[in-house]
Amino acid sequence: MAADAVSARTRLPLAAWIGVLLGAAVMLTPLLWTLALSFKANSALVGNSGAALTPPWTLANYAAIFGNGQTLRWLINSTIVSIGTTIGVLILCSLAGYGFARLDFPGRRWLFLFVLVGLAIPGQAVILSQHQLFAWTNLHNSYPGLILPGLTTSFGVFFMTQYMRAIPRELDEAALLDGASHWRIFTRIILPLTVPAQSTLAVFTFLGSWNDYWWPLISVTRADMYTLTVGLAAAQMNYAQTSGLGYLMAQAIFASLPIFVVYLIFQKQIIQAMAGTAIK
Amino acid sequence: MSQAARRRDPGLAFVGPFLLVYCLVLILPMLHGIWLSLHVIDIWGDGRFAGLANYSRLFADPVFGQSLVNTFIVTLMIVPLLTVIALGLALALNRATRGAAILRGIFFSSAVLSVTIVTLIWRFILAPDAGLLGEVWQSAGWEPLPFLSSPGLALWALAITTIWWSIGLPMLLFLAGLQQVPADLYEAAALDKASRWRTFTQITLPALRRTTILVVMLQTAAQLQLFGQSQLLTAGGPSGASRTVVLFMNEVAFGRWELGYAQAAAEMLFLIILGVTLTQYWLTGRAGEGDHGR
Repeated sequence: MAADAVSARTRLPLAAWIGVLLGAAVMLTPLLWTLALSFKANSALVGNSGAALTPPWTLANYAAIFGNGQTLRWLINSTIVSIGTTIGVLILCSLAGYGFARLDFPGRRWLFLFVLVGLAIPGQAVILSQHQLFAWTNLHNSYPGLILPGLTTSFGVFFMTQYMRAIPRELDEAALLDGASHWRIFTRIILPLTVPAQSTLAVFTFLGSWNDYWWPLISVTRADMYTLTVGLAAAQMNYAQTSGLGYLMAQAIFASLPIFVVYLIFQKQIIQAMAGTAIK
Repeated sequence: MSQAARRRDPGLAFVGPFLLVYCLVLILPMLHGIWLSLHVIDIWGDGRFAGLANYSRLFADPVFGQSLVNTFIVTLMIVPLLTVIALGLALALNRATRGAAILRGIFFSSAVLSVTIVTLIWRFILAPDAGLLGEVWQSAGWEPLPFLSSPGLALWALAITTIWWSIGLPMLLFLAGLQQVPADLYEAAALDKASRWRTFTQITLPALRRTTILVVMLQTAAQLQLFGQSQLLTAGGPSGASRTVVLFMNEVAFGRWELGYAQAAAEMLFLIILGVTLTQYWLTGRAGEGDHGR
């Protein structure tokens, strides 16, 4: 990139480097400290969390997670909800994106504007009535109940529409003249071309759904339907201060592991996607 | 394509599924929410129409007033700090070296954690007796600061935690913004032997105007909805000193089951956030006009 070349030529002052490195230490220390705590016996930590820095370390806390089925159960719930939400969003948004971007039908502009209105509605404005409507329809404590609110992403429709608009018309007009149906054009021609956009939207949706806290907190009342975020919050409340500190931290590390693996593998794409889509 | 072919386009079949879910799960609840806010209602009852009674009760409620003030203060603590730090990091790390790439990854890493994990970590860092910060403070011979239990410091605990958690995204936005600054502007400045500071204030900052507006407005809207940190880190305490509007909503709705009253608070916050969003459109529109004039 051009800007890269320019800034690479201007050297960073030493003070700025020190500032950045100090900042990086502030970012990393809490994570490393958590990691160290998770490998200590709970009894060794009572009143003295500084003990985390010296041996002996133990895997007992991680073993305890597998001995207690609940954390695994929450992990499975989070996985089902996040993958379900992601697949649902991809299907609904690509269909709608194709409709808005490449088809003409009465009321198209108005309906698109109607979808964009959703961008301005924050979660807190609807969450209480969602809770009431889901109670009436008996959807609480169920996977559909956890997944449905995540499917109404105006951003996803907007994003897919913009992406599909940019695909040249010539590609599908020939197929249309040959008598191909729109469904066929959508699945055979357009969908394969939107894989980069699909994966960006998938990463956004998966991260958002995995880390969602408020909706699962109020929608789920049964511990076996908790997602990880809610389950760990409940565990946090139960363990008074330091008595189960090592175990709690092991749970935190364990719960973050899948998302960190996703992050490390897709780091470059995630960072580009986040930066790129927000700017446009 | 002929007009006849267009009319046969099955557009509604493609947009239909999303629109159905959208109407049922977002638009209907939004309208229902306005209805709700005009009623005195508990969870199972049908409630009774109360006009604007919930709203006038809100204006007179000192607990709501305090939570509103807290929300504004914590937003004011977080947004400017976050913006300045993120801009500084983006300027420092906007280079194609491996070290810069690793550092970018580090600063973004906390953003993938859930609020539960983030508050879990920070609760034990900020705890005065056994926490990491306390240990460091004591080894330096200072009295540890009671971040979580002192009314004056509780909002700072939320702010510090939030900044640590959310520094990644604004940094990325500024990095993306920097990539779009035309390189010839810098070359011209170099030819003029402009100082580093002059280049920054005359070229970089004006070019980042749109990005800065975006970052400030996105963060303001996000922090006005701050909830998890307040609930999990300090439980809104001590004595309400760190209760935010959304925590107030949550307590009123699911602690006392006064859904109509809580929804009125939600609508107030909705209006405030809508104001922020509209201001952003207006400001970005003006920034756009400025670009054309250049």
